[in-house]
Amino acid sequence: MTANGIFQIALYFLVLLALTKPLGLYMTKVFQGERTWVHRLLRPFEVALYKLCGIDETAEQHWTRYAGGILLFSIATLLVTYLVQRIQQWLPWNPQGLGPASPDLSFNTAMSFTTNTNWQSYVPETTVSYLTQMIGLATHNFFSAAVGLAAGIAVIRGFARHSAKTLGNFWVDMTRSLVYVLLPLSILGALLLVSQGAIQNLHPYAKVATLEGAVQTIPQGPTASQEVIKMLGINGGGFFNANSAHPYENPTPFSNFFQILLIFIIPAGLTYTFGKMVKDTRQGWAIFAAMSILFLAGVFVTYPAEQSGNPILTKVGIENTATATQPGGNMEGKEVRFGIANSALFAVITTDASCGAVNAMHDSFTPLGGLVPLLNIQLGEIIFGGVGSGLYGMLLFAVLSVFIAGLMVGRTPEYLCKKIEQKEVKMAMLSVLVAALSILGFSALGSVSHFPKDGYINPPGATTANLNNNGPHGFSEVLYAYSSGTGNNGSAFAGINANTPFFNTTMGLAMFAGRFLMMIPLLAMAGSLAAKKQIPVSAGTFPTHGSLFVVLLVGVVLIVGALTYFPALSLGPIVEHYLMQDGKLFSLLLNPGVVWG
Amino acid sequence: MPTVTEQQPIAEDVTLLIPKRAMRARPLFDPPIVRRAIGDSFRKLHPRLMAKNPVMFVVEVGAVVTTILCARDLATSAAIAGFTSQITLWLWFTVLFANFAEAMAEGRGKAQADTLRKTKTETTARRIVGGKTETVAATQLRSGDVVLVEQGEIIPGDGDVIEGIASVDESAITGESAPVIRESGGDRSAVTGGTRVLSDWIRVKITSNPGETFLDRMIALVEGAQRQKTPNEIALNIVISGLTLIFLFAVVTLQPFAAYSVASNGSGTVPTVTVLISLLVCLIPTTIGGLLSAIGIAGMDRVMQHNVLAMSGKAVEAAGDVNTLLLDKTGTITLGNRQAVEFIPVGPVEPNELADAAQLSSLADETPEGRSIVVLAKQQFNIRGREVAEHEAHFIPFTAQTRMSGVDLDGRQIRKGATESVAEFVRAHGGKVPAELLEITERISRSGGTPLVVADRSRCLGVVHLKDVVKGGMRERFHQLRTMGIRTVMITGDNPLTAAAIASEAGVDDFLAQATPKDKMDLIKKEQAGGRLVAMTGDGTNDAPALAQADVGLAMNTGTMAAKEAGNMVDLDSNPTKLIEVVAIGKQLLMTRGALTTFSIANDVAKYFAILPAMFAATYPALAHLNIMGLRNPESAVLASVIFNALIIIALVPLALRGVKYRPTSAAALLRRNLLIYGVGGVLVPFPGIWVIDRLLGVLHLA
Repeated sequence: MTANGIFQIALYFLVLLALTKPLGLYMTKVFQGERTWVHRLLRPFEVALYKLCGIDETAEQHWTRYAGGILLFSIATLLVTYLVQRIQQWLPWNPQGLGPASPDLSFNTAMSFTTNTNWQSYVPETTVSYLTQMIGLATHNFFSAAVGLAAGIAVIRGFARHSAKTLGNFWVDMTRSLVYVLLPLSILGALLLVSQGAIQNLHPYAKVATLEGAVQTIPQGPTASQEVIKMLGINGGGFFNANSAHPYENPTPFSNFFQILLIFIIPAGLTYTFGKMVKDTRQGWAIFAAMSILFLAGVFVTYPAEQSGNPILTKVGIENTATATQPGGNMEGKEVRFGIANSALFAVITTDASCGAVNAMHDSFTPLGGLVPLLNIQLGEIIFGGVGSGLYGMLLFAVLSVFIAGLMVGRTPEYLCKKIEQKEVKMAMLSVLVAALSILGFSALGSVSHFPKDGYINPPGATTANLNNNGPHGFSEVLYAYSSGTGNNGSAFAGINANTPFFNTTMGLAMFAGRFLMMIPLLAMAGSLAAKKQIPVSAGTFPTHGSLFVVLLVGVVLIVGALTYFPALSLGPIVEHYLMQDGKLFSLLLNPGVVWG
Repeated sequence: MPTVTEQQPIAEDVTLLIPKRAMRARPLFDPPIVRRAIGDSFRKLHPRLMAKNPVMFVVEVGAVVTTILCARDLATSAAIAGFTSQITLWLWFTVLFANFAEAMAEGRGKAQADTLRKTKTETTARRIVGGKTETVAATQLRSGDVVLVEQGEIIPGDGDVIEGIASVDESAITGESAPVIRESGGDRSAVTGGTRVLSDWIRVKITSNPGETFLDRMIALVEGAQRQKTPNEIALNIVISGLTLIFLFAVVTLQPFAAYSVASNGSGTVPTVTVLISLLVCLIPTTIGGLLSAIGIAGMDRVMQHNVLAMSGKAVEAAGDVNTLLLDKTGTITLGNRQAVEFIPVGPVEPNELADAAQLSSLADETPEGRSIVVLAKQQFNIRGREVAEHEAHFIPFTAQTRMSGVDLDGRQIRKGATESVAEFVRAHGGKVPAELLEITERISRSGGTPLVVADRSRCLGVVHLKDVVKGGMRERFHQLRTMGIRTVMITGDNPLTAAAIASEAGVDDFLAQATPKDKMDLIKKEQAGGRLVAMTGDGTNDAPALAQADVGLAMNTGTMAAKEAGNMVDLDSNPTKLIEVVAIGKQLLMTRGALTTFSIANDVAKYFAILPAMFAATYPALAHLNIMGLRNPESAVLASVIFNALIIIALVPLALRGVKYRPTSAAALLRRNLLIYGVGGVLVPFPGIWVIDRLLGVLHLA
């Protein structure tokens, strides 16, 4: 590690810390329907939208209706996206004359964007028309984030309210998410990115002559506006294949800093919103602290692992230490402009949050460096996490921690003055179970299934034939794919040809389970909590705002996560790490014709 | 009842809320109980019974599978047969150990039920029908029948005394050998079936049908026959069942993951089913799964050992959650009687003269107040009670009209009583009441005491200060309750002034003065509306609605049937202070569950480090880096983990039965302490444990 690298990481964290309270306060006001200084400008839009859609702003919803609204909205937009892909050949804005996407790919892509995952099994340039890009995919970047934010706010209300039947109104929360949070921040952010050199145009692809005299085609497009919601909405689907490693998406070190700030800003702010809404900001800071500890721990495992590089290369005489003129360490798959510290930081942030944007190839990380992103996803995308979903995911663990250890103070476990009883525990366990079943179950299928070669389900034959790598790394690729899908992350360990009916379908199901089978039990829990009476705080109350609770929460997240995934991880990155230490290498499986998605 | 100790209202060690002595205490491992529990452990292997406990059911299914594999290995004389058979054996032990813990917890209750059953002998009853008595079997009595019970007879069923008064031996129920008085009317009218009339006779109106009597319910309760899982236990069961499912996923999917690794690496073998089952059993929370029901039963049993009969486990659990304790002043906080604490003379009167006069006037006074004056005079001035017969003394008893009592002797007319009455008496004899006297009485009243003015004809001698005496150690106890976050509210019929004085002396948080049953009810409802759980004690019929409303209602056994029916606990010793102990036991029960859950989950960390490198020793020798315990070989590592997992259950049986150590401190301090012991300890302990077993297996050439 270099001093410069550590300084940049520290600076990032301090800026995040400074922004948490103002944004949290702003969101509190927005979702509680209080006026802010932007209301004069934006309130007319909000009112107009309600009029247009026939929404009664004051109508409150029971959790079942709230969840119903989420499902209705999500399934409707899912179907539209699916249909548009299937019939794009008959629709306008398809100058390339692209044919319909296959049913499994259309399903996968529609699910991916609806669930805020943005796993891209398709190759944009050769699969989707401009129309599909615009109404099928781009809208979801906003909608899926707004759905998550609304659900997060509803869950907070579950903790904040008492003796209440309702959790708010989904359509109102969704509208406010868009009008007051996502759209204004996106517009400002896009301008800032443009100032750094991100492109925003409708020009045709540029053709330039290279120094060798060859002709290179350089794609153009409205990048900056897409880029900002990619990060802010924690979507992660890049405008270009190289994602945030591409100079048009992420031109400068400052834009890089700004992008990773955009990823964490809403989830971090939500911790403050949470504290504010439950009327005890210490509770919000405790959640923030637990997230921060897990985040920094991840950074300070990945960064040194990447910086120390590969001992096998050192042995053959390749300089591995950082000097004034070279970064040292493992630079494979990293953008030279960003170097090791910023690549490691980006990788940890994008997997802590369910973003999935990348500025370096995770597949090329050292085993330990790659272990952290994988584990981050498997822990449930709760280290700041997705928009809204990160907070409710962490609250789920808070409820579990309180239940497991809370009994030790001799009282029925309580969290935020609410008793944690059967129903809450059942819903929390259901969410954890679904995640484990989806990640482990699909990975098991994906690592040993055999299908007829050149058949419909999986043309390469055995699922292992879809992999680029042999040995533990190949296994990590499968495990990473399903973890990424279930965690709604969308980043890939690459190296796996996932565009086959088998992978498209199973990934689609994993994404659905990871999104809605997590969100709905949490809303049910919130509904049950909202109906409860509040118990007054006393000396006998389990304290959930102090350092002890933060340590406990971190411990439960790590132990439950580690206990569930440790066996699988030990056959992937962990053994790979020891094998690398021992100097053992695996052959690369070169699958001709594999196009990575 | 085997052993009986006298009532002891206050723990000797005030730092402990649960007194060390326990009524009817049996040694933890009473040989007959252990013998019976061992038998029961095998009976409980029936799948229908095991299915109630999902975690242990998974272990049993695993054991059945390895038994089949073991039979196959033995039949084919496979080299692995020794390993498979040892694993099988220890898996069965794991199940049996858990069953043993439950059987031990139940056994203590069962032994008690047997003792109770012996007292429930066939009795006959003399039923009064239309003025005549007829002899019928006790089992034929129905609610509403009236029976006559005379000296030496056993009361045939629960009921209320409607006529007569008798002393009754209730030791069969309470274990208390001293007889109690039962009389018609008032709050001492309830009698319990199975108790014996020692003297006189009573007519009893039967209030329960056969099979529903107090004794029947008591037997069912201590036996655990009607035991239902408590809300907390159900929630905890959901968590550990959920974790079991998660680990099932983790282990089941490990097989295909291993298959991939073996195929990809081209070396080693996929772990056998026996090894996978071993890993599963080690990972699922068998420690808490095996001990959970034992903890619940033992908690009920601990309440029983304090001679409190809890009608449900839910009530005991609720006791741990209580936020507010409503305590009656008299008998709970104070000794129940006012006592003389000071002699305050007026004017030129010497203190010993006042004491002497006060004592003289009280010699025939049999009230506790009167006796306390005699005692105080003796203590302070060494004035002994005299034989006054030779002095031709004439005692004047207290009446509601005169509001004073006294003695006429040797020409003196000594009176003691209420200020106004004695002042009247003095003035009537031509004396003057000094202003100083009124100041003194005023001051005493304000401090919550009762002034008793003493005069000799026209001379005012002074004032005796009578005071409610707060039981020793109560202040400390209330302080402990406060640190635990429990508010205490004193309920009294006294005026607010007196109530405030005693409340501050006893150190309670709040008081309700001049309380009527309705006030009490309103207070409970108000507390509950604020989300608080309320506990109270009561014995009278007019307490019944409040007892029913409270979350924990501890009825006194001496109380009326209505009160006993309304509450969810009955204190057989009729000691209201015991409510505090019940709360502590409830907390201890919840703490024990939490501690063992945390311990159980924390244990898993070490087991991964033992089993995973062993599983993949052939496929990925590099994973030996994870073998940080340096276990000798894969078979030994797996076996040692399984053995440790089984032994930890049996090792924790005493803790489950006795409950974790509990000191009243704040939740934060408790959490810090318990997390350190059971959380951090739970992570660390298995490492040396598994290592030692691994070495022993080597020494014994078992693996």
